[in-house]
This record gives sequence, structure tokens and C-alpha cells, in this order.
Amino acid sequence: MTVNLEHSGKPVLHLDHLDHLWFQVAGTVCNLTCHHCFISCSPKNHNFGFLSLATVQEYLEQSVSRGVKEYYFTGGEPFLNPEMVSILATTLHYGPATVLTNATVLKDSWLTTLANAEAESRYSLEFRVSIDGYSPETNDPIRGDGTFQRAIEGIQQLVQFGFLPIITATRTWPDSQDLEILEAFTKTLEAIGYKRPRIKLLPTLQIGAEEQRTHGYRETERITAEMLTDYDLDQFVCHHSRIVTDRGVHVCPILIEAPDSLLGQSLEEADQPFTLTHGACYTCYQYGAICTNPSSPSTPTRKIPDPGSP
Amino acid sequence: MISRIACLGGIYSNHLALEAALRDISQRGVDAIYCLGDLGGFGPYPDRIFPLLEKHQVQCIQGNYDHSIGHGLEDCQCGYTDPEDNYYAQVSYDYTLANTSRKNRDFLRDLPDQLQLSLGPFQLLLSHGSPRRVNEFLWESTTSSHFLEHLARQSEVDIITTTHTGIKWQRQLDGPRWFVNVGVLGRPENDGTTAVWYTLLEAHAAQDLQVQFIPVEYDHQQLAREMKEERLPDEFIETILTGWWTTCLEVLPSKERRQGRY
Repeated sequence: MTVNLEHSGKPVLHLDHLDHLWFQVAGTVCNLTCHHCFISCSPKNHNFGFLSLATVQEYLEQSVSRGVKEYYFTGGEPFLNPEMVSILATTLHYGPATVLTNATVLKDSWLTTLANAEAESRYSLEFRVSIDGYSPETNDPIRGDGTFQRAIEGIQQLVQFGFLPIITATRTWPDSQDLEILEAFTKTLEAIGYKRPRIKLLPTLQIGAEEQRTHGYRETERITAEMLTDYDLDQFVCHHSRIVTDRGVHVCPILIEAPDSLLGQSLEEADQPFTLTHGACYTCYQYGAICTNPSSPSTPTRKIPDPGSP
Repeated sequence: MISRIACLGGIYSNHLALEAALRDISQRGVDAIYCLGDLGGFGPYPDRIFPLLEKHQVQCIQGNYDHSIGHGLEDCQCGYTDPEDNYYAQVSYDYTLANTSRKNRDFLRDLPDQLQLSLGPFQLLLSHGSPRRVNEFLWESTTSSHFLEHLARQSEVDIITTTHTGIKWQRQLDGPRWFVNVGVLGRPENDGTTAVWYTLLEAHAAQDLQVQFIPVEYDHQQLAREMKEERLPDEFIETILTGWWTTCLEVLPSKERRQGRY
């Protein structure tokens, strides 16, 4: 049983198994200032700081006995961290690594090192590149002037080094337009030489800068105990993940700014239940497995119907 | 005591490959034959595999596909996230559901989801996706060794076997323990050859498990003709004829994806 109730009636979720260990490796520092960023990252946001290679390695060591399956790195922009290349190369000795980047600051020398590190490892190194539109007209109003062209050049650079980046786009359009927008993305990427583009769509999270761009969560957008009846709890990121920041270990990559998200200083301390009180928990509930790669989906298996029922 | 077994992965209605594999297994000689689930899907005439399984006393566990077909669900629960992958999966699923007899659907519905057995001195678990989730993808390049050791400890076994991803691989773990994805008979494994694969496992002494992946050549041209007769998607037929996956590519990690053509 991994869910129970507080006295207030709020659902409390236990960590099932630590499959995915995240690192807020660049803190909240980013070279871009996207209008939909759920933790308002920018060049001047030092709310969270960089993680050193030594700190990352300490948690990688802790992760072994806990049987962590995969490692993810995010920020801010991870490649602003001067030790990022070493951090990824080191991680590939422990397991598969995924880095979430805007692809605007990549250097050929770094990619040479990383391509070699991946070739020598049994594990995949995945790049997830954020762009939020298939053209400057659809991307730049959200991510900043000129960012579409810079990201496209970064994707071309990754492809030239043999990587197959996963393009992630935050859904700032109605869900009903998904198919046509996916098609437009595919055409754009094929036109720049990325012949087998991989694309992942993400929901917006109504917190951070996005709360200012559109609106926050309504009070009714919260998880209730009834909503979890027959629900596959693996859809919640906090059912199988934790994230390390320069303050300690938090419940999930989305809520690091919430005071109750900090669970402890070690992976052992962070293995404790979390109360699902946040609006962002509602988005996680609605869309499911929003942070993981397509190769590791937590697709629900349905409850077996009672043979006696119609 | 059982010390030598054959493990078949997803059959995907490929009755011609199943027949060829069973012939090969008979010649080699084993103590028992197991199938790790996903008996239908992708290929033609789903009912044709069942008499072969019965004749050769193949013990099966239930894959996600078998669970769906057995319970008459709306889709295969394959775990795809891409709309195009889901489109092709649905075409295949609707065909398989409509062409599997009631008797065979009942057989699929009643299969166990896992089996544990003794193989020589070892305890071995047969599971479909993973010991904890029927449709979990355990790819070679995205599964850490310490995670596999955790699964083996949790399951209290020495050897974990799976299928589901469609690509065979194995890894020896501390202990020693082993993880073996036995591959699939249903379609080639995205390597540009038309062969499909099953696995022989043999254990006589502690510390010594022999894992042998066996390629199976079969009349893939005939299978392609039958798939055409049944109006299955040209994309599926291309995979049978060329050995390259044309659909369901989005779930592949980058290392596995780079080995294919598309």
C-alpha cells in the first residue's frame, strides 16, 4: 500500500522505488528567460546553485545500493555548469544518463568527449532539447528572440556528433492540435537534416513564470483521495523519483521551490512520504509520467475486470 | 531435475517462425519449453500458433497483449507514447482480437503472469516485461546493473528472464545472478536480417549458467504473403522482409535506435 490519508484527508504518497534520480545540476541559472518556466530560471536567478562533480558522485554512490535505474540532469541550463561534461561522463559508469538542455551553448569539444564516453559505456546518453515551437514565430515569443535559430543549430550539432536528441516542446496550444503540431515539428527537423526526429510533448505547469504568463492553479485543481481509486500511482513522478539540489534531496523536479519539497540530505532520508497538496500534482495526475523519457514510460496496466461483471 | 530449457519470447502470431523454432529445439533436445508471452499481434492468422504450443507442451505466461486479448480490452497496453506508434499498434490489435477464437482467448486470459522454476542449482523467474510490471521496457542501454540486482533480490531469484522489448540481451550481475531478455520469434530485431531469435539456458553447476541465443531462419516470404492476404499494414510486411523496424520506434533508447535504419 503506497498511498494513505492525512488527518486532513489529503492523499499521501510513498516512494515505491527510486527508479529515476534527478540532479538540479545548474540550479536555477539559465542563459535564457523563458516565459513559461515553472521555476523562473534566468541568468540572474541564483536561488539554487550549481552542483559540483564531487556532490553528484556522492549521490551516485548512494544510488547503487538503492538500485536506481536511470539518472537525469536538469537546471537551469546544465551546460552552464563548468563540470557538466565530467559529470555526464562519470554518470555513464553508473547507468544511463539524460540531460535536459536548450542546446544553445554546446561546444564541439564537449560533444566529442561525450560521444566517446557514450561509445565506451554500455548505457545511453540522451539529450533532451527544449524548443517550444516549430518556427521562430511560434518559439521565440516564449523562449526569447533568436532562440529558435540557436536551438536548431544546437540540434544540428548534436546530430552531426551522432546523437539522436529528443525534442521536447511544452504544449502552449490546445491538446486537439497535437497531431498537426507534431507533423510541423517533424517537417522542420527533417529539413535541417535530422532524419528520424524524436519528439516529446509536455504539459505546461501553472507555477513559476508560467503563472504570470497565463494563470495559476484553481483551488479545485487538487488531488483528492477519491481520484486515486483504481488510479495507477506510477503516473506520479514522486512515486519513483527524487531530485538532488544544492539544498538537499527534494520530492520531484517540479516542486523544488516549495518548502515542503525538501525531504532530507541523503537518499535514505528522502525515502519518506509526500502529501499531494500542490496544483502541479494535479498536472502530474492528468498527464502522467511527464518527466521520463519515452523509452521508460509508466503506461498503466488496467485493472482486470471482474469476470462476473457485464 | 530440469537443467536445460528453451525460452521463447513474443510470438506475435508468427506461426512459421514458431514451427521452425520448435523443430530446431526438438533436434537440440531440452527438458522443457517456455514462452514468455505476447502470443498474438503483428502477424497473420492468430489461431495457428495454439496447436503448435499444445503439441510441444510449451508452458506460457501472460504478456500484456495476451491480457488484453484474453479480457477483450480496447488496446494492447503495449506502452507506446507516440501517436503513430499507437495507430499501428491499434490496427494490429483490432485484427488480432477479431481473429482469435473464443477458446484461445480464454486460454490467454487464464495464463499465469509469471512462473518460477528451478534450473539446475538456480531459481529462475519467467516474466514478460519485468518482474514488477508486465509492460515495463527493460532495454540494455537504459537499465543499470544495480537496478537489475535490486529486481533479482526483490524477486528472490538467481535468474530473471523477460521479453517485451523485442531485442535480446543478457548481463551477468553480482552474486552471481543473471538477467536475460530472450528476444522474440515474432519479428526480426531491427538488425537488417530476417532471422528471429529464441534462447537456450543450461545450468549444471553453481556459478555456471550458459546462455545461448539461437537464430531461427524461417519462410519469411510466406509470412509476408499471408500478411498481405490479411491486409496487414505494408509497414509490418517491410519489417518481416528487411529486418528493419518501421514502426514503434519512439520507445527505443538512442543506442538501440541507432542500430536500426529508421
